Amino acid sequence: MKYLDEYRNEALAQQILGEIRRTVTRPWVLMEVCGGQTHSIIKYGIDRLLPEEVELVHGPGCPVCVTSLEMIDKAHAIAQRPDVIFCSFGDMLRVPGSQDDLLILKSRGADIRVVYSPIDCLKIARANPEKKVVFFAIGFETTAPANAMAVWQAQQQGLPNFSALVSHVLVPPAISAILESPLNRVQGFLGPGHVCTVMGYEEYEPLAARYHVPIVVSGFEPIDILEGTLMAVRQLEAGTAAVENQYPRIVKREGNPVARDLVGKVFKVCDRKWRGVGSIPQSGYRLREAFRAHDAERIFKVESIDTQEPSVCISGLVLQGVKKPHQCPAFGKQCTPEHPLGATMVSAEGACAAYYAYGRHLPRPNAPQTTPEPAAA
Amino acid sequence: MCLAIPGKLIDIEEDPYGVRMGRANFGGIVKRVCLQYTPDVQAGDYVLVHVGFALGKVDEAEAERTYQALKDLEQLDDLNVPGFAEDETYPPVEPRAPRPAVPS
Repeated sequence: MKYLDEYRNEALAQQILGEIRRTVTRPWVLMEVCGGQTHSIIKYGIDRLLPEEVELVHGPGCPVCVTSLEMIDKAHAIAQRPDVIFCSFGDMLRVPGSQDDLLILKSRGADIRVVYSPIDCLKIARANPEKKVVFFAIGFETTAPANAMAVWQAQQQGLPNFSALVSHVLVPPAISAILESPLNRVQGFLGPGHVCTVMGYEEYEPLAARYHVPIVVSGFEPIDILEGTLMAVRQLEAGTAAVENQYPRIVKREGNPVARDLVGKVFKVCDRKWRGVGSIPQSGYRLREAFRAHDAERIFKVESIDTQEPSVCISGLVLQGVKKPHQCPAFGKQCTPEHPLGATMVSAEGACAAYYAYGRHLPRPNAPQTTPEPAAA
Repeated sequence: MCLAIPGKLIDIEEDPYGVRMGRANFGGIVKRVCLQYTPDVQAGDYVLVHVGFALGKVDEAEAERTYQALKDLEQLDDLNVPGFAEDETYPPVEPRAPRPAVPS
């Protein structure tokens, strides 16, 4: 496909890898923020192709993974009501709550539907006026325009039976939280290309300056990730800390002003709990007062649900880039995609699920025996 | 979750509620997309689509420019052939040892 295939070119990837090897002189730790980038890195084995000085750690950018247990429990409380049609993106269905997941509730008769786009919920609401149609509006800034449009159109079109359970999260406060942590090892970032398609990258410039970290807004294909890594390594070696854009074919500095405008009309910034991480100030969106008639948390009075998370898995440390999935004793044993203990094993973009899907819990097939082979000439 | 892919816009229409919609072709799969956030795109443009919404237009000139810059990197490296690279100015690049197999 155009604009995808050419960014998967192996010969070009090798050239960029060569350039990274020639550039790097000492160890650096980079974090890719977005779960889509993590998926690409593990799928194509990019982390194993990079010189050993360059370590990639995986960031918190999977909204399915970071949606708090409390919000999942709220979703389950609403979805079980007989007067509700509960709509969700497919990857939320298997996320474990305190008791069950949405698939189990569906098997018990709850009307739970997977939608491709939030706008599909409006059609469902029109077709079922006697039901309350609730959309589980999760996501980062990338998804905010779509979710905002569903709420906006519901109000415009007079659909009182549509509401949204909003659990939006924002990238820049998460980057701040990672850099403020005493456990932080991250020295540079591959920024989230599709978040910045919407929001632009102006708001990353103060972060790069304050914490003196390079941030390279990057795409999702192997060539994008390798070029973003090269740009970040060049900055680290040179001692600079600027925001650069590897992904100009999509991302503009100001983002998409039309989308930002509607997102700002529908949502306001709020504190938000992140699964495995805890509360991060000013790190999410909730609906503005003008849209309270479409706010599922208020309509179904679930605001008082306040779930504390058990400390059974290390997904919080994985989400902050402190630990790798295979460093968890449960990884690939008690915790698999079929029986996930934590959310990073649930979504395909979760770091644990990506490691599992591409066999990182297994011994390497071409693992060396007792004597390593000599380096290729 | 932030997956977004480029598709070629086939046509544009308004739905009964005045929402700007269109059909986009993703390598043979055609899907309806909402174009409210891309008021300037036209049929034939490539748009980046996430959960049924076009978030932006693919800048073909930038795509070409970036790709060409990367290809130039490749061509520079082509100069690095035996005889050429043994120029006295630069030491030859040392081959690297393979990485340890077991993640540490």
